[in-house]
Amino acid sequence: MITLNHPFKRALKHPSFVAGSAVVLLLVVSAVVSLFWSPYPVGDIDIPHKLAASSAQHWFGTDSLGRDIASLLLVGSQNSLLVGFIAVGIGLGVGVPLGLLASAKRGWVEEVVMRAADFTFAFPALLSAILLTSIYGPGLVVSITAIGIFNIPVFARITRGAANSVWTRDYTMAARAAGKTKWAITWEHVLPNIASVLIVQATVQFAIAILAEAALSYLGLGTQPPQPSWGRMLNEAQSQMFQAPMLAVYPGVAIALAVLGLNLMGDGLRDLLDPRLSRTR
Amino acid sequence: MSSFVFQRLLSFFITLAVTSVVVFGVLEWLPGNAAQVILGETATPESLAAMEEKLGLNQPALSRYLQWTGCLLQGHSGMSISYDTPTADLMLERMHVTLPLAIMAMSFTVLIALSLGLYAASKQNSAADAGVMTLSQLGLALPNFWLAILLILLFAVHLQWVSAGGFPGWSEEDGGGIWAGVAALLLPAMALAAVQTAILTRVTRSAVIESMSEDYVRTARAKGLSKSQVLWGHVLRNAMIPVVTVMGLQFGNLITSAIVIENVFVLPGIGRLIFQAIANRDLIVVRDVVMLLSAMVILINFLIDLLYAWIDPRLKTVAAGS
Amino acid sequence: MDFVTYLIRACQEPDKPTSMTNSSATSHFDQPPLLAVHDLRVALQTAHGHVDALRGVSFVMQRGDTLGLIGESGCGKSLTALAVMGLLPERAQVTGSVQLNGTELTQLSEAVLCKMRGARMAMIFQEPMTALNPLHPIWKQIAEPLQLHQSMSLAAAKKRALELLERVQLPRAKERLDAYPHQLSGGQRQRVMISIALACQPDILIADEPTTALDVTVQKEVLSLIRQLVTEDGMGLLLISHDLGLMRDQVDRVMVMYGGTVVESARTPDLFRTRAHPYTQGLFAARPQLGLKRGTRLQTIPGNVPEIFKWPQGCAFADRCPHAQASCRMAVPLPEQIHANRNADSSSMQTHEHWVSCLKWQQLETSA
Repeated sequence: MITLNHPFKRALKHPSFVAGSAVVLLLVVSAVVSLFWSPYPVGDIDIPHKLAASSAQHWFGTDSLGRDIASLLLVGSQNSLLVGFIAVGIGLGVGVPLGLLASAKRGWVEEVVMRAADFTFAFPALLSAILLTSIYGPGLVVSITAIGIFNIPVFARITRGAANSVWTRDYTMAARAAGKTKWAITWEHVLPNIASVLIVQATVQFAIAILAEAALSYLGLGTQPPQPSWGRMLNEAQSQMFQAPMLAVYPGVAIALAVLGLNLMGDGLRDLLDPRLSRTR
Repeated sequence: MSSFVFQRLLSFFITLAVTSVVVFGVLEWLPGNAAQVILGETATPESLAAMEEKLGLNQPALSRYLQWTGCLLQGHSGMSISYDTPTADLMLERMHVTLPLAIMAMSFTVLIALSLGLYAASKQNSAADAGVMTLSQLGLALPNFWLAILLILLFAVHLQWVSAGGFPGWSEEDGGGIWAGVAALLLPAMALAAVQTAILTRVTRSAVIESMSEDYVRTARAKGLSKSQVLWGHVLRNAMIPVVTVMGLQFGNLITSAIVIENVFVLPGIGRLIFQAIANRDLIVVRDVVMLLSAMVILINFLIDLLYAWIDPRLKTVAAGS
Repeated sequence: MDFVTYLIRACQEPDKPTSMTNSSATSHFDQPPLLAVHDLRVALQTAHGHVDALRGVSFVMQRGDTLGLIGESGCGKSLTALAVMGLLPERAQVTGSVQLNGTELTQLSEAVLCKMRGARMAMIFQEPMTALNPLHPIWKQIAEPLQLHQSMSLAAAKKRALELLERVQLPRAKERLDAYPHQLSGGQRQRVMISIALACQPDILIADEPTTALDVTVQKEVLSLIRQLVTEDGMGLLLISHDLGLMRDQVDRVMVMYGGTVVESARTPDLFRTRAHPYTQGLFAARPQLGLKRGTRLQTIPGNVPEIFKWPQGCAFADRCPHAQASCRMAVPLPEQIHANRNADSSSMQTHEHWVSCLKWQQLETSA
């Protein structure tokens, strides 16, 4: 008999967390499944059957080139997940160490890091992503990089703020009095204590990354054909608005669902990991 | 007061200056030089040389930078490659669409979010509160360009109340007019406002709830103030601090989201300008528009900082004692 | 008291007076008492279930009385004060009677209560920094009750605010009028709080741990200021604290609370001389004394204060009491007057008698 740990039991009772995680799980499963199988190969163009309505053969119908919408949606989830993971990964990988450094060193190091972060915030993110993609060419790599770069100041800011409050706690003072180096303290005390804040923020940034990539793809600057992308599907659907309005609905629902799932999961995690984090009571 | 303002002013100018360097720098640090990017792979060596001459690429970067900023400060700007007009003229013309759009969207946002947020906070944990929170959760998840498309589907394709895009112009000679212009901007403003409203509603709600649980509320009640007197006299001003912060950030978001929305509705605004400029590889326009938009965002942030100082006296004065 | 008790009393003791007041308080015989609290109970519905946070508190105060309420955290002292002021959240169920100058507060509408708060009854709180609005200058916060209850103009209120600040001995009051709370020290902020409370000359001042958050050196100043002002204006003072030493110097009468009830109440010198309730005895015994032999262990009361959800049905102290018996756990013991031979209605707890709520007090009386 496996008995669930107390924290897991609490998690399973939290409605936001359960709903959100279910959706996220669906997203992950879709992406994994689509690596091996989809109802139709996404490259298959089938002009005679273009703009078909939903039927038994094509659950969501077909697009202007006769491609199966359901398959496009399924494979498109790979794209979204990839963007989210890498963009958040960049933000965590570079932003967190910067924030920890700023918090541990204080003084001019902190000033420089924070000014740089503030400055990047002042620069509109989507705009700069557009700029970069315009110079280096559109594509998945460039757009992920652009989105990832803008995650760095977010995580740096949050890390430094949370780390600062840990540094003022008595147990860190005690550790320093006992002679531990700042690096050891950062690794052993600061990082575990701010982990929950970072996890919650990661889910938020994941959702933002998906939205940003969708916008870039819509503008034609993101994922390029033949790789399916929900954002680009919306663009293509727009020109068919009068003939096949539903084409514009399905990819949007996919995006909205993914983002909603992540947001709910994030809200749930926020409540579960540290009740003091939740701002709304 | 003055030292705070001075600090902020200094910060404003420095940020502006650094931004200009970065904008300039990014366009310098191109794969190949600017002329190659603009003309593309198929350019002949002669046209490349001509373009380089036109762009002044034979001069060192620093002097070109200074030339550029010097011109900007004097109010001139470079010539667009694709339109062959000064970028300033182009941008001004496009602002006639983008600025009203942004203002409409911001007004919707502020009006709806502040009232909904306040309402939800006053009815905390009730069904109404849960309803508002659910609605805002949905609003957060919607990509704004998708909402735009849905709005077009409903109001333009299905109901046919408004056109599916385009902008008739503000003056009636061009076939437009004030009302026609507003009607054309209505759907775009709604699409822009939706996500921001969701965010601001949540922020307002939590700010008000947080303020309501502060100790000075208890003191005010002990003085004999009624609940509504406490809300308007004490809670709101304190709650405004985080709300105003977010509003400031949102304006920046609004401007960049306008890029996408203007493309959905085919509005001749700044967003569409920069998009077309990128497609045309018109780097001059791209550079100037990016600089303009960034400057606007930085200006807004600066004004918000000043607003803080007005709202919160703790920033104005140097705390004495304790 | 109710009619049945009145009858019973009248039958049993035909010679004793049955009115609420008694002979030792003849000077107040005709006037209603300043504050009469009878069987005040507060119940809350929390996430952990139903909680009886206050289980029957009764006391009477006359004009000019200074009453101290002492007890550990969680015993219900602040709750009592908030219940009197009517500041508990709506979901708290308050039963019992609270009469201010004869007016029954529990029956009043919120609008009427608002008129009384700040005007007839005032309260100051523990944390002066957070108790003041950081965005308003202090003169404005003092002027607020004046504008509200006395319809003063802004200019007149500002003038009066200055007078009040001078009365509470805020140094450089004139310059400080436009100051903001963050520019003052803790003791100064508390003085501002006091002037806010006294602005409309209320009949009673409730001070909930007013000096706990202040430095020890400032505590004494602020407390004597409160005491002085209260005496000058002839107000009643209800002082809440967890500090025994404070009580000795500042109040004429002390009530000891534990587990949502009053376990003992007496005049201060009487209490410091004799204690009847085991909890009070434990409290006093736990004080560190000067002159003890080196190595003497400090006395403590064994066990911990029970969580509010786990209060037993009977005497809340039963689990920690060395003398508890089965009957102690069955119902909350009624107050008995010591140096008297029978129970009496708790509503007649008067200013000079020594009352205790314990079934075994007679066996346990100890001296200092």
